[in-house]
Amino acid sequence: MSSQKTIIVDYGSGNLFSVKRALEVCDNGEVIVSDEPQDLAYADKVVLPGVGAFADCIGRLRDRGFVEPLMAHAHAGRPLLGICVGMQMLASSSEEFGHHEGLNLIPGHVRPIADKATDGAALKIPNIGWRSLQQATGDAWSNTILRDTTPNAFVYLVHSFSVEVEDKADELARCSYGGQPFTSIINRGNIYGCQFHPEKSGPEGLKILSAFLAINE
Amino acid sequence: MSGKPIRLIARLDVKGENLIKGVHLEGLRVIGSPQEYATKYYHQGADELLYMDIVASLYGRSNLLDIVRHTAQNVFVPMTVGGGIRSSADVDALLRAGADKVAINTAAVARPELISEVSQKFGAQCMVLSIEAKRQGEGKWEIYTDCGREGSAVDALEWAKQGVALGAGEILVTSIDQEGTRKGFDCELTAMIADAVSVPVIASGGYGKSDDLSAVVQAGADAVAFADALHYERTSLSTLREAAKGFDFQVRDL
Repeated sequence: MSSQKTIIVDYGSGNLFSVKRALEVCDNGEVIVSDEPQDLAYADKVVLPGVGAFADCIGRLRDRGFVEPLMAHAHAGRPLLGICVGMQMLASSSEEFGHHEGLNLIPGHVRPIADKATDGAALKIPNIGWRSLQQATGDAWSNTILRDTTPNAFVYLVHSFSVEVEDKADELARCSYGGQPFTSIINRGNIYGCQFHPEKSGPEGLKILSAFLAINE
Repeated sequence: MSGKPIRLIARLDVKGENLIKGVHLEGLRVIGSPQEYATKYYHQGADELLYMDIVASLYGRSNLLDIVRHTAQNVFVPMTVGGGIRSSADVDALLRAGADKVAINTAAVARPELISEVSQKFGAQCMVLSIEAKRQGEGKWEIYTDCGREGSAVDALEWAKQGVALGAGEILVTSIDQEGTRKGFDCELTAMIADAVSVPVIASGGYGKSDDLSAVVQAGADAVAFADALHYERTSLSTLREAAKGFDFQVRDL
């Protein structure tokens, strides 16, 4: 039996219901959607969702006073999972509609994904759909949130930007679109970010959320 | 590189609390419980679900919230929901119930700014422009609203371009002529729109046999919706997935 408390940060972005429901079926601990920054002090795990434009998301996160408690949570070594724009906010900066600073928990930069396939054909943007998870160079998935995931498992994405990490060791998995690879999961210590939506990636996505909830348990 | 990636979408048209099926968006027949079918399609590997309340526009109300809420309890793939959406508040309510995207037709035709409002507030990825079109002679299609009942005099191609310019992140193209006929998708309509816009296009209406899938993807569809072919088990998602692979399209492996 798990007695852990997982908090989903509600700063006014995204479909929190789906994230909550998916986490609930993965673990019998408590899953709370909270718009109160002080609640993070009591969280074993924190999930940071995000949908829409980077600047809007980071702006709202700051305005609602979530940055400091999020940083405190991360620096205390407690697990944090960013999803989609929530992942992008973990990086240093974004180039979406101007230059915007991120949380810099994992050094990297949010840049547009390739709009041409490797064969030169135009790619539809946003990249919407299911892509397979590939191992990034030299990285092992055991002891990570991908411990139960087999390479090439498909996950659901909808995005126009992706994170380019400064240190390749922080890249846990990639996907590709039109033959062009992009970073799909970033990880440094207790911090994880998924460009895809694990809560919308069927049974494979639930495995990843289960593995996240199992950290330290 | 390998073939084009596509999504296979299970479309569920609902009326009140029932899953229904019509022909040319008319002649409705009750099939069963939408949640039951949605859950089945999720387990069979549907890449997305598409719920359309096909009378909500007529009566200015939507019974969808409860259905969406129940479905979201145990379905973990993206859900697009349409029918009767008139405002950002309607969108917000659906997203809170568990929808990921909304499909808007009638209210967007009446007030195109709604597309921008939804796109800006919830992100373009959430705003699916639903186009229900009827052929009006060579190379011309007219937008119909209120579930295929009202002509709008709006040209489908111009409307698709305008919709994307206003912020639609995806376009659902339903051919009223082909819908429910099993005679294949309207590939010309799909191609015309897919060639003109930069966002993904979902083709809907008319699946009869696996060659129809190949034809509409080659015409430019990025995703294909299946309704009664699944409900009446004339095909299955695994059959469609295998067929897609046979045509060298990229589909999700389960």
